[in-house]
Amino acid sequence: MAKVKSISDLTAYKNAALAGDSKHIVDSSITRLYVGMATCGVAAGAADVMAALQEEIDKNGVKNTIVIPTGCIGMCYAEPMVEIRHPDGKTVFASGINADDARKVVTDYLMQKQAGEFIKPNVGYGKQVRVALRNCGNINPENICDYVAVGGYEALAKCLTSMSREGVIEEMKKSGLRGRGGAGFPTGVKWEFGFKNNSPSGKKYILCNADEGDPGAFMDRAILEGDPHSVLEAMAIAGYAVGADEGVIYTRAEYPLAVERLNIAIGQAVEKGLLGEGIMGTDFNFTISISMGAGAFVCGEETALINSLQGQRGEPRLRPPFPAQKGLWYEPTVNNNVETYAMVPAIIAKGADWFRTIGTERTPGTKVFALAGKINNVGLIEVPIGTTLKEIVYEVGGGLPGGKALKSIQTGGPSGGCIPVELQDTPVDFETLNAIGSMMGSGGMVVLDEDDCMVNIAKFYLDFTVEESCGKCTPCRIGNTRLYEILDKITMGHGTEQDLVELRQLGEVIKDTSLCGLGNSAPNPVLSTLNYFMDEYKAHVIDKKCPAGACTDLLTYKVVPAKCFGCTLCARVCPVNCIHTVDEIVGNNKKLHVIDQNECIKCGACVPKCPTKAIVVE
Amino acid sequence: MAQTNEKALYAQLDEFIDGLPTLQGALITVLHKAQGIFGFLPVEVQNHVAKKLDIPASKVYGVVTFYSYFTMTKKGKYRVNICMGTACFVLGAGDILNEFAKEIGVQSGGTTEDELFSLDALRCVGACGLAPVVMVNEKVYGKVKKDDVKGIVDEFKAKGGVA
Repeated sequence: MAKVKSISDLTAYKNAALAGDSKHIVDSSITRLYVGMATCGVAAGAADVMAALQEEIDKNGVKNTIVIPTGCIGMCYAEPMVEIRHPDGKTVFASGINADDARKVVTDYLMQKQAGEFIKPNVGYGKQVRVALRNCGNINPENICDYVAVGGYEALAKCLTSMSREGVIEEMKKSGLRGRGGAGFPTGVKWEFGFKNNSPSGKKYILCNADEGDPGAFMDRAILEGDPHSVLEAMAIAGYAVGADEGVIYTRAEYPLAVERLNIAIGQAVEKGLLGEGIMGTDFNFTISISMGAGAFVCGEETALINSLQGQRGEPRLRPPFPAQKGLWYEPTVNNNVETYAMVPAIIAKGADWFRTIGTERTPGTKVFALAGKINNVGLIEVPIGTTLKEIVYEVGGGLPGGKALKSIQTGGPSGGCIPVELQDTPVDFETLNAIGSMMGSGGMVVLDEDDCMVNIAKFYLDFTVEESCGKCTPCRIGNTRLYEILDKITMGHGTEQDLVELRQLGEVIKDTSLCGLGNSAPNPVLSTLNYFMDEYKAHVIDKKCPAGACTDLLTYKVVPAKCFGCTLCARVCPVNCIHTVDEIVGNNKKLHVIDQNECIKCGACVPKCPTKAIVVE
Repeated sequence: MAQTNEKALYAQLDEFIDGLPTLQGALITVLHKAQGIFGFLPVEVQNHVAKKLDIPASKVYGVVTFYSYFTMTKKGKYRVNICMGTACFVLGAGDILNEFAKEIGVQSGGTTEDELFSLDALRCVGACGLAPVVMVNEKVYGKVKKDDVKGIVDEFKAKGGVA
């Protein structure tokens, strides 16, 4: 089909898509097999599964059945997985399958109606509401037909043909959409700044921040891999609103599949005339290019990102001037996060009022969280703002594995904090999480159980921050290094009570005096654990004990005299020969064994050898 | 032989640079390409890039050392990367890293003498559902246990130096 030159061309293209390549979207008379082909699915073997399904269907001549590659379905714990939608409206999942299992899905299940062990009932999305992820898992991300078939590029058409630039900005302001990258700044207001600022050259830029560096957060990757066109469409809408003709997506080099799909999507959009010059027959021009980062967490900070785009070290700039005044190449620049963009076409198409019916008054809409750690249903979830942490962990996430007790929920990655179980009824919102010393951040949510030592977790995040601090400002460069050193000392058993005072004091100073968001938030993991898990810190510095048993230097291996019968097995396996006998007779006229604490290297080799389980770890 | 080979690599890099629409802000793009061609970014390559882009070598060095993706040391034929994201960390990635270090015989950041293996801790790859994650070149191993490590190393040892 030729280029889309008008809104009626777009409608015609949509109808052609629905009758052709994309008929799986509306045609419920056929059986549709959706295979999750995002990075996690592919890593788990989804490509083989998909090939096996197709081969078996062809070989056996199974009729009215099609296989569709799609993006992230969100249930990472069940990968590789196939969602099977039957003509009668029933949906089931085949999860955790390999290529051989996939063949059985065709021969046993589809052909002979025998469910077998792989077929699981549809659990549904429960409390989830999918806005940013609305197309992920429903369309083939590598085929623009599918995106157009579900109403894609209609929001852009609406803007170009029936809305003024001010009107688009007004609609965004009315929707109350706030930046989902972590800061929660109102998107419409940001666009308005971009609209009002002009430079002598008249050039403006639209940036997409896809430098998703938070460990444990992967929603941006999932959106780029599962629904890349929604981001492209939103960037074009932003370009129209602020008056920019060029967009750049800054993405991580660690996301090769996302880059590949974005490249395919941009190529297809240009070919269809939905990007490029004279979009849909109007005089609006907009091009999008991709720029790859090179592994620096701080480049998620927008001024550092801009410096990196200019080929420099990714160090943040002083503000003002703000990017909306002087951004990329010192021209007015508007930068939004992937998830924020993914919501824009839905808001324009359905209206600000619709968006405001979801979420809370102050923060309408939904938030995508990457649920990971000690949780049954690891995956990508999207819930209305205001859903409580407890609902997310137990109702959406399926609780903790092995019946372990929930201890803490870490939100916001290295910039966030650890929320104790007592506060699990907190509704998630930018302000509520800030108030309890954590933050929304980009949406990483790591569940911690009784085996996790909070001092060690704080140390893990500080290790990350120290490594990623760009070094431009002193509080962040040196302050965080000192925080890390103190935490290291504590986990080694050399901490003092004065250290706890200094941790807090230093943390506050770093927060107040750092140049950018990385330093401002870096002490959060330390300060929040000091606030909520002081007893654990005290156990480390006063009793020299790690209650969770995670800090090996603080463990003590002991022989319980009443259980020892002097068999010598432990002494024989000890690599440093630190288990000796004493002159106390136990068992069958043998000598009691004791462990020399000064010599013990805490390797644990003796524990499984003891036939009476006399060696305990404290 | 080695020299002509190297010449060809530099020619390949020059061809890429000459084909760029603009050299403004192109440094990181060029370094990505250079690392793709040479496998790493030794000082000689950095000097070459500096001359070609007409910028100080100190600036190139500054950028190379700033970003963790760029490396100045040669990596092994099989690059073992252990994801150290939070999800992998709480599920025992630290133990997996130690086990690989023991099995391969180099610490994190190192390369074996025969240049067969190199070992690194990696930032979150975003496949938290598969935690802990290990990548060997492009191949991804999910839900890796300590006992799996020897098998993975042996798999690549068996392949040896052959591509």
